[in-house]
Amino acid sequence: MDDVSHQVSARETGEQAIIAKLSGVTRDYPAARGAKPLHALGPIDLELKQGEFFSVVGPSGCGKSTLLDILTGLSPPTAGTATFEGKRIHGVPDGVGVVFQEDATFPWLDVEANLSFGLKQLQLSARERQDRVEQALRIMGLVGFRSAFPAQLSGGMRQRVCIARTLVTQPRLIVLDEPFGSLDQQTRLLMGDELLRIWRETGATVFFITHSIDEAVMLSDRVGVMSARPGTFIDMLETGWAQKRDSRNVADPHFGKLTGQIWGKLRGEALRQMQLQNDVAL
Amino acid sequence: MRNLGPPLIFLVLLLLGWDVLHLQIANGSISSPREAGARLVALMSGARFWADVGETGFAFVIACLLSIMFGVLIGVGLGLSRLATEAFEPILVTFYSLPKVILYPLVLLAFGLGASAKIAFGVMHGLVPMALLTRNAIAEIKPVYLRSANVMQLDGFATLRLVLLPAVLPELVGGMRIAFSLSLLGVLIGEMFAAKRGLGFAAMNAMGLGDINTILAIGLFLGTFSVLANVMMLSVERSLRHVHSNSVTQAA
Amino acid sequence: MRPPGLLAALIVFGAIGLLETACQTGLLQHSVVLPPSEIAASLWNILQSGAFNRAIFLTLSNIFITAALAIFFGFVVGVLLHSVSYLRAGLEPFLASYYAIPTFIFYPVFIVLFGVGSASIIAISVLLAIVAMITATLSGLDRIPIVLRKTAKVMRLNTLETAVSILLPSALPYLVTGARLAIAYAFIGVIASEFILSGQGVGYAISYAYNNFDNQTMYGLILLIILIVVGTNMLLDAFDRRQPTQTARNR
Ligand SMILES: Nc1ncnc2c1ncn2[C@@H]1O[C@H](COP(=O)(O)OP(=O)(O)O)[C@@H](O)[C@H]1O
Ligand SMILES: [Mg+2]
Repeated sequence: MDDVSHQVSARETGEQAIIAKLSGVTRDYPAARGAKPLHALGPIDLELKQGEFFSVVGPSGCGKSTLLDILTGLSPPTAGTATFEGKRIHGVPDGVGVVFQEDATFPWLDVEANLSFGLKQLQLSARERQDRVEQALRIMGLVGFRSAFPAQLSGGMRQRVCIARTLVTQPRLIVLDEPFGSLDQQTRLLMGDELLRIWRETGATVFFITHSIDEAVMLSDRVGVMSARPGTFIDMLETGWAQKRDSRNVADPHFGKLTGQIWGKLRGEALRQMQLQNDVAL
Repeated sequence: MRNLGPPLIFLVLLLLGWDVLHLQIANGSISSPREAGARLVALMSGARFWADVGETGFAFVIACLLSIMFGVLIGVGLGLSRLATEAFEPILVTFYSLPKVILYPLVLLAFGLGASAKIAFGVMHGLVPMALLTRNAIAEIKPVYLRSANVMQLDGFATLRLVLLPAVLPELVGGMRIAFSLSLLGVLIGEMFAAKRGLGFAAMNAMGLGDINTILAIGLFLGTFSVLANVMMLSVERSLRHVHSNSVTQAA
Repeated sequence: MRPPGLLAALIVFGAIGLLETACQTGLLQHSVVLPPSEIAASLWNILQSGAFNRAIFLTLSNIFITAALAIFFGFVVGVLLHSVSYLRAGLEPFLASYYAIPTFIFYPVFIVLFGVGSASIIAISVLLAIVAMITATLSGLDRIPIVLRKTAKVMRLNTLETAVSILLPSALPYLVTGARLAIAYAFIGVIASEFILSGQGVGYAISYAYNNFDNQTMYGLILLIILIVVGTNMLLDAFDRRQPTQTARNR
């Protein structure tokens, strides 16, 4: 299992710098009352290459969000080590931006204030701050909504605000956790295009979590396929897309081949995960 | 019962604090928990006390039932009509935040001295929260429940019995718990200055005599009663919400 | 869109009109209920003469002190209970049944502790009002989405910054509701204590007027209290509506 990722990364290390690295990472959740501790994740080995678009796809509940927490330093691994830019991760490192699965807009601030909020931490001139906000508003198509409050926006627009709020800090690693989960398919495809554009323009590394095979294949350079809980990588494949790509690649025969291949691996895992979930509930 | 430990420890600490108050701060002019307990036992072995309890209990039961019944009716009325809500909710909310004692002269005018006055006073306290909570429960029923009931071809009565009632029941029980507490409070306050019987009167009487021991004994009795009753109602409320099976919580 | 409260105001004025007619036509006896016009006139006289200014000032300042203490300490206790789950488990069953116990009966105990007068009344009323604030603080803190705490971490805020710029604003709607309840209970506690127990303030003045069959003064003062409560509510409503957070809750 693990050697898959090793092979790929071994081949690549010569060409590209590694921005983040997980080795032997696992996560146990402590026992709730009257239950065993839950082994939720791992062991995971992963090397994220500078500037790549990496996706993780796996069944719901397999530990994807747990993996995100560890990679971003939101919570420490139970075992193993995680590094970002060569330094061990303790707390969220500088240069990491996260877009969460849940709506994380601040309902008490309008869109513009939401965006500039994260910039207060950085020592920027007022001018620079304003420029970055304007740029993010423009990129995410939020200019007309700058003084709207999140409650007045649709779910898709709120997720745009979250992405924009991450972009203004100009992170070197952007981590997204099923960011388009609540959107309809067409909006998802378009948002995917925008994400690709941002990725190209900023040169940031993207770590993208999804349960959607299509989304993973369409967007990524590399897709990690996760097993049922406790999630480990059971496959790691290169899509081979050109850097300049967009959602129209779903019409490419290669797209069908890749999704078919992933589903072949994932079907059994998804079944197993459903079984797991039922067992717990009974 | 779940987790009795912490509340019991808190109770012990409360009694200890009370004892410290008795020993240190007030030089013994506040009786100790032991003395108050003994006084309560003495009271409870007399007929007068139980007559007072009966008196208060009767008024309370009626007040509580009336609060719940009319509270639910008003709440349903408000829940079904936006116009009614717009017209009456502000009035109810204001009434809720009004010190209702100042209306006592009016209550006495309308009902005279006696049981009906204190019942009225209990209802004045319990009715409004019951109505407002019922309205909220109804406002929060998901429209898809009603559409599902339609699809299942339930008639009006079956929809009410099988869908609407179970949907609002946990909230209703929560409302009843509050109506319970507040109508008891209303009845007791009513008794404090418009009755010659009942626990409220007994407490008022003891206050006049400066008999702190009896006051604390009555407080102990009322406190024990309402805590036990509330704990019971809370557990009913919890079981009605159907979300507390251990395994399911863990899976979430 | 009708302005909020318009319908309710119309109903109240209609009811006042009806009452006025009932009184003027003799349907209600003058010795029992005064017509609203006379009540208003009486209130006007009371305010003009200044005879009750001291009582009114005393009552209002006690209410203010009570509300301030209850809101502050209710918040502090709420935060404490939220962070120490054992404490919370111990206290919660008692918080839930708190309102059934008439705090007033412990007045003599407070007299022993604080003496006769405002301090005892304030202590009793704080005891009545604080629970609403504690409960509201707890539910506000409970409902802070976990994702917002994570966001604070991603933005690398320290504990204080997180508390001030994320946790507090997120819980604010609940805190405001709790503060409003605490204010309502401060009114109830202070005026009821004065009415039942003490020889001071507007509450006592109402009770005194009632016992002396002084209907003019009694109704005038009752109207005064009602107007102050309504006024306070309207003021707080206006303040509430300025908060964007309130609407944000409904998503
Ligand atoms: N804080 C937690 N405590 C206990 N168990 C948790 C916690 N967070 C997640 N889990 C469990 O760990 C497993 C993986 O969760 P998660 O990482 O959220 O999965 P995914 O994001 O892939 O859907 C799930 O079974 C979930 O129930
Ligand atoms: Mg997840």
